[in-house]
Amino acid sequence: MISQFFILSSKGDPLIYKDFRGDSGGRDVAELFYRKLTGLPGDESPVVMHHDDRHFIHIRHSSLYLVATTSENISPFSLLELLSRLATLLGDYCGSLSEGTISRNVALVYEILDEVLDYGYVQTTSTEMLRNFIQTEAVVSKPFSLFDLSSVGLFGAETQQSKVAPSSAASRPVLSSRSDQSQKNEVFLDVVERLSVLIASNGSLLKVDVQGEIRLKSFLPSGSEMRIGLTEEFCVGKSELRGYGPGIRVDEVSFHSSVNLDEFESHRILRLQPPQGELTVMRYQLSDDLPSPLPFRLFPSVQWDRGSGRQALNVRLHLPLPRGVVSLSQELSSPEQKAELGEGALRWDLPRVQGGSQLSGLFQMDVPGLPGPPSHGPSTSAPPLGLGPASLSFELPRHTCSGLQVRFLRLSFRPCSNANPHKWVRHLSHSDAYVIRI
Amino acid sequence: MPYLGSEDVVKELKKALCNPHIQADRLRYRNVIQRVIRMSKLDQWGQAEVLNFLLRYQPRSEEELFDILNLLDSFLKSSSPGVVMGATKLFLILAKKFPHVQTDVLVRVKGPLLAACSSESRELCFAALCHVRQILHSLPGHFSSHYKKFFCSYSEPHYIKLQKVEVLCELVNDENVQQVLEELRGYCTDVSADFAQAAIFAIGGIARTYTDQCVQILTELLGLRQEHITTVVVQTFRDLVWLCPQCTEAVCQALPGCEENIQDSEGKQALIWLLGVHGERIPNAPYILEDFVENVKSETFPAVKMELLTALVRLFLSRPAECQDMLGRLLYYCIEEEKNMAVRDRGLFYYRLLLVGIDEVKRILCSPKSDPSLGLLEDQAERPVNSWASDFNTLVPVYGKARWATISKCVGAEHGGSERSHTASFAVSGHLISEENKGRVQEAPDSETLMLVPNCQLTAEYFEKTWLSLEVAHQQVLPWQGEVHPDTLQMALQVVNIQTIAMSRAGSQPWKAYLSAQDDTGCLFLTELLLESENSEMQISVKQSEARTETLNSFMSVLETVIGTIGDIKS
Repeated sequence: MISQFFILSSKGDPLIYKDFRGDSGGRDVAELFYRKLTGLPGDESPVVMHHDDRHFIHIRHSSLYLVATTSENISPFSLLELLSRLATLLGDYCGSLSEGTISRNVALVYEILDEVLDYGYVQTTSTEMLRNFIQTEAVVSKPFSLFDLSSVGLFGAETQQSKVAPSSAASRPVLSSRSDQSQKNEVFLDVVERLSVLIASNGSLLKVDVQGEIRLKSFLPSGSEMRIGLTEEFCVGKSELRGYGPGIRVDEVSFHSSVNLDEFESHRILRLQPPQGELTVMRYQLSDDLPSPLPFRLFPSVQWDRGSGRQALNVRLHLPLPRGVVSLSQELSSPEQKAELGEGALRWDLPRVQGGSQLSGLFQMDVPGLPGPPSHGPSTSAPPLGLGPASLSFELPRHTCSGLQVRFLRLSFRPCSNANPHKWVRHLSHSDAYVIRI
Repeated sequence: MPYLGSEDVVKELKKALCNPHIQADRLRYRNVIQRVIRMSKLDQWGQAEVLNFLLRYQPRSEEELFDILNLLDSFLKSSSPGVVMGATKLFLILAKKFPHVQTDVLVRVKGPLLAACSSESRELCFAALCHVRQILHSLPGHFSSHYKKFFCSYSEPHYIKLQKVEVLCELVNDENVQQVLEELRGYCTDVSADFAQAAIFAIGGIARTYTDQCVQILTELLGLRQEHITTVVVQTFRDLVWLCPQCTEAVCQALPGCEENIQDSEGKQALIWLLGVHGERIPNAPYILEDFVENVKSETFPAVKMELLTALVRLFLSRPAECQDMLGRLLYYCIEEEKNMAVRDRGLFYYRLLLVGIDEVKRILCSPKSDPSLGLLEDQAERPVNSWASDFNTLVPVYGKARWATISKCVGAEHGGSERSHTASFAVSGHLISEENKGRVQEAPDSETLMLVPNCQLTAEYFEKTWLSLEVAHQQVLPWQGEVHPDTLQMALQVVNIQTIAMSRAGSQPWKAYLSAQDDTGCLFLTELLLESENSEMQISVKQSEARTETLNSFMSVLETVIGTIGDIKS
């Protein structure tokens, strides 16, 4: 299938290069790829490119390019899936996938590639099978300590357990040496939702789309059985009805092939025996019908009307402005926000927004040379041309837009029951594209 | 040998592929294939490989076919997109003769495809969008209710936005046209000029069916007086007026005032063409053209000058008093002072033509102002699924048909057929098919796509001689209603490179036509079309100079498509 595989940094420096078929003809394929990528005309897609007799297909993952070349006409979906799976696998073994971790673990990466691909054909990508063959250890930059709380934010007081884990807790190598049993066994479960919303200029809702995933990262020895319980009123599709209330509804749901769905119908419990590493347990989509009101609305000011006691983090409003804006004067309601003018757009950063609060900012712009509003025509109060749609990007911790919650996460049948494993469950919504038209 | 999950699996496949005893024995061969399909321990890569191998298997009977499809049903629900797409392709190819099964599969794959289109991974999103476009060629209404998923968001890269705009343009129907047009209208004022222009062209595409609304939107856009917008809108108007003459009035009212905002060559050419052809409806057309004539010396684009010459001569025919003077000045400049030979030649041609006399000029230059039938011919009838089924789930839809053609030409020239021996999968290409079908399948790659050679005109005598010497290879009857319009039919056939030797006049009873075509291997197809007066069917008889059933079938499907299209238009 694949002839060569290489990983380039964001500037085009080759970090890893592996030739499976030896048919590169003596050319520097990585260099060829990077030159072609940077020289591509604007309307051609860089995902699949062609040069001479080979196709280059690549993905971008955390600012690295993972590229595979092939000379056959094979399925793009399989190739892209392989590249994503390789990215996840390398991330599992090295802790996280970045230029630094790759350069520290070059030998490990080559060993993994050797086992996964043979002459360009995929042998296996399952971490279970690979465990038996990989001998090299991952090198981490500093030893991990759960008690290193210096970088943790201030939301520790409300968690169920007395300890908090910083968000980088999950980014240590999954498959560390077998002899080191003092590492705590942990499992991290994330319910992550991406919210994509389009609001028209008259306030009506044009499009709402929620894509959700339940992701599991397990450091437990394999063979442990796990049961994940979801909200009982969880309904799939428009016609199903459970419980007495309106229920929590999604349009479609799909599961990983290793999930056992016997108890799903009756009690909404998923059973699985997860391998070590990262796994997407369930994916669901919901559109057009959110049970809760939208998190943000823009009048002339920004307002968030959820119940108080909740917070949004890292809210950023991006508003393109007419061309030729020269100055900006502002009045903001709180000192920790900041707004600046850059690249023809206004960026207003609000690090933390309390639920139920209303924030306002007054911005006055000086635009010399802007043509006056057209004197005829129906829309005399239309905004000037170039005052583009406002887009918000934010994170909402401990909140899911569809209402889906994980009730419990139970582990049974642990082969080596030395330490109680820690279970971390997190719910998170973040914005994919939240656009409000003016 | 790819590692497909366990030793047993490898053994099974080896048996199926290499053992001549098993291949010879149909029943044992079938059993092995069944076991291969039922293997449960394959991971997603193994499943994709198995689905790929099975593409080359030809089931013997209908029940065997449905047996296999039932077994493979669970693959369509897999969580791996590669497996789902591979299964879809297999279904589409195996069920070639059952279009309702194909449609059913495409309905089932709608969900996974839409999920892939909204995936976090941009590359997956792009590949899925290309496949959605491919499906829309055959089933235009397939995704119409999910149009919202194809709205662009600001953070997407440019190439994805372009694909989404194309998809929106193709899935428009009566229910969603309002919202889609509003959304596209929003994109037309986007910051990125390329994207805005693509959106405007898309509106132009939709305007062929929903003319009034689109013309209104485009006229509003002209009011913004933005250069990159105005030039594209005028080009869209030019194309639209040719295909939909009913909007000419509205366009002519919108045009005055644009000339101040256009600076680039394409826009100027479009504007000048419109002024020339429809100048009598635009009050100040001569004065706009006069501006161009004044500045012709500083005009950098020769194409604009040529267009200006033609337009001014046309306008002179309808408004002689206003144009006479500037036409004279323009001709003088082009003949005496212009350095570009093409422009000079054209000026000279028009001058000599005018010397001959005004009637001659009118005869030559007064072409039709619009050609609505061209629009109907251009939108080829929904192409059957079988024409692209073998390209599904490969790199072909991702590149697009045009680019793929250039790529495969380069590759073919360099390697000949030798590259096939590299890959292990092709090394066993012959063995997977049992002997009876081997002959047919080996031919299939050659004649899958019928390439008819254009411009091969046979003389009438040669046609008659060949016709009388051959036997009828195929006869078929197609439903037909009403009269035949020979010109339209002839033009339609010419588009697909089928030449007309002779055709009866419209309305004659019985109506007959004789057609000829030649493919790139030199095989001739001679066709007779016969329409009796009282029948509602058209009889087709085809004679082939070399007996090859695959090419004959392909030729028949092309002919049926064209005749079917024309029949639909007229009825």
